[in-house]
Amino acid sequence: MSKDEHFQKRRKDWEDTTVKKTTDRFPERKTEFATSSWIPADRIDIPESGDFDNYSDKLGFPGEYPYTRGVQPTMYRGRFWTMRQYAGFGTAEESNERYKFLLEQGQTGLSIAFDLPTQIGYDSDDPIAEGEVGKVGVAIDTIEDMEILFDGIPLDKVSTSMTINAPAAVLLAMYVAVAEKQGVSRDKLTGTIQNDILKEYMARGTYIFPPKPSLRLITNIFEYCSAEVPKWNTISISGYHIREAGSTAVQEIAFTLANGIEYVKAALKVGMDIDSFADRLSFFFNAHNDLLEEVAKFRAARRIWAKVMKEKFNAQKPTSMMLRFHTQTGGSTLTAQQPDNNIVRVAIQTLAAVLGGTQSLHTNSRDEALGLPTEDSVRIALRTQQIVAHESGVTNSIDPLAGSYTIEKLTDTIEAQAWHYLNKIEDIGGMVRAIENGYVQKEIQDAAYRYQQEVESGERVVVGVNKFTIKENPPSDILKVDPKLRDLQINKLSEIKKLRNNENVTQKLNELRLAAQDPDINLMPTIVAAVKEYATLGEICNILREVFGEYQESIVL
Amino acid sequence: MMKKIRILIAKPGLDGHDRGAKYVARALKDAGYEVIYTGIRQTPDAIVKTAIQEDVDFIGLSLLSGAHNELFPKVVELLKSKNADDIIVFGGGVIPESDIPGLKENGIRAVFTPGTPIKDIIAYIESAK
Repeated sequence: MSKDEHFQKRRKDWEDTTVKKTTDRFPERKTEFATSSWIPADRIDIPESGDFDNYSDKLGFPGEYPYTRGVQPTMYRGRFWTMRQYAGFGTAEESNERYKFLLEQGQTGLSIAFDLPTQIGYDSDDPIAEGEVGKVGVAIDTIEDMEILFDGIPLDKVSTSMTINAPAAVLLAMYVAVAEKQGVSRDKLTGTIQNDILKEYMARGTYIFPPKPSLRLITNIFEYCSAEVPKWNTISISGYHIREAGSTAVQEIAFTLANGIEYVKAALKVGMDIDSFADRLSFFFNAHNDLLEEVAKFRAARRIWAKVMKEKFNAQKPTSMMLRFHTQTGGSTLTAQQPDNNIVRVAIQTLAAVLGGTQSLHTNSRDEALGLPTEDSVRIALRTQQIVAHESGVTNSIDPLAGSYTIEKLTDTIEAQAWHYLNKIEDIGGMVRAIENGYVQKEIQDAAYRYQQEVESGERVVVGVNKFTIKENPPSDILKVDPKLRDLQINKLSEIKKLRNNENVTQKLNELRLAAQDPDINLMPTIVAAVKEYATLGEICNILREVFGEYQESIVL
Repeated sequence: MMKKIRILIAKPGLDGHDRGAKYVARALKDAGYEVIYTGIRQTPDAIVKTAIQEDVDFIGLSLLSGAHNELFPKVVELLKSKNADDIIVFGGGVIPESDIPGLKENGIRAVFTPGTPIKDIIAYIESAK
């Protein structure tokens, strides 16, 4: 066999094994794919000649190690990514209405935004919640709010992503308990909790407890789900917010993967087997405007993670090595000026995510630099995904930019620079140390500062902001949350506190305190028992605050 | 010699979006002001305490969660109650244009929305000092 024949032979092997295994179970959307002018589109395109070993090491085939070209063998020929718009505001009733609207519009998964008091484990009646109740998401105090939130939405039919971190265990407990009330068994539940505390310390800010007990809660969730909720994605290790804080594309994936490594280490430390939880780890990245850099970033991230899992952690199962990720278009790239221009930015970012092989996608609405998105704006954002999926043709062949000199060079460069960071963090003694001594924050801030200075000087053009500006009238239709909402929510909460069995609540909370004091006990069952008795989110988190203490930000400027 | 102008950049409310606040803090420092940054998730009470302790001339509030209508005026109120209303309060963040007149009525002297060049903030400080 000549050297060049290797390519065709390996392609046939891939078609006969990896692809066939998938298509036998999940046929592709169409029997034949073609461009708009009926030119046939192959599943993948590969080099006709060249260095086969180098190709195999670096790129390989979709659904095969090192997964550079995608984690699934058929990718979007099998099915499109999950179109999942992050939404939630006001009361559970209002958010429930928005979810039903989105499902009617063809959205295929839910993504719950919680308000900040909920995200930081405070009830709506806590004085610190003033002004924040229902603002950036929905307010959840007890399981009753959660029942209303999913009213008429069968939990075995939708997958639900919840952006919740420090109190993730409590919200997951509520979800499991609501499912039980709906008669849906735990093994049917699909979805994700963000549950990624390290990037909260680093960039997003909704931390409660210090790193050690926080990592315990995370591994408690891993163990609980591995036994009870096997299809649940137990963590969404997020670079999104790191990027929003101003990091570079390289820093985004490097710090995210370093966080991932830290979580894996924590789980191994409590005695879990790598292959028992690794395939439930999922990731969440940003998509910015620099199309080729972003595509390369996603490909590099997949390749690095596969190597880390295989070589560093000795994972055996292929699914343990696959980096599956959600993408959201870049919030910080949106401009308040000429907001309709944001539709175009989001379209480019959508392409970046899709050409980079994302598993699910949230597209931002044009008006998000101004406030909460209106229904019209949300519809356009969702339509953008649908146009890319159904009209652009980029879904016909897998990883269609592979082999481009520019894309491959960028992928290699991003990978090399990311490894540099990973090694540096390892030298510092891991991510917790690197956060505590401010190293990571400083790296991000320096990049953010440099970027903004370039915008200020005009060296970096932001259309409509520092160039091509016009005189504009202030936008008129901005969605606002009723400031009375907090009173409503507080009344509801005090009613529940009257109606529930308060003796049982106290007992469950006492049990939780005892369990929390013993680091070897898994807290999930105790938390599930407490939420079922209508213990509030704040009550549960306050018990944990009492036992665990609170994290203090290390301020780096 | 004139005393250097002291500015407290503060984040009231619960949101963790500190990119803007940190950028403004660093850029103002580079422009020659004395700048103190509080960190995120500060109560109005804590902000006012720090401002008085640090003897600042300005407080710059940054908020992106939508709680500005409640929390910005609260800072001004507390300053008044402590006889510290010579401290000038300005703000920034994701703040709808239509909320700005109300904030100004409540003593927030200037509001800078996304995309404002740092030179505009400096010009404001220079004109108000």
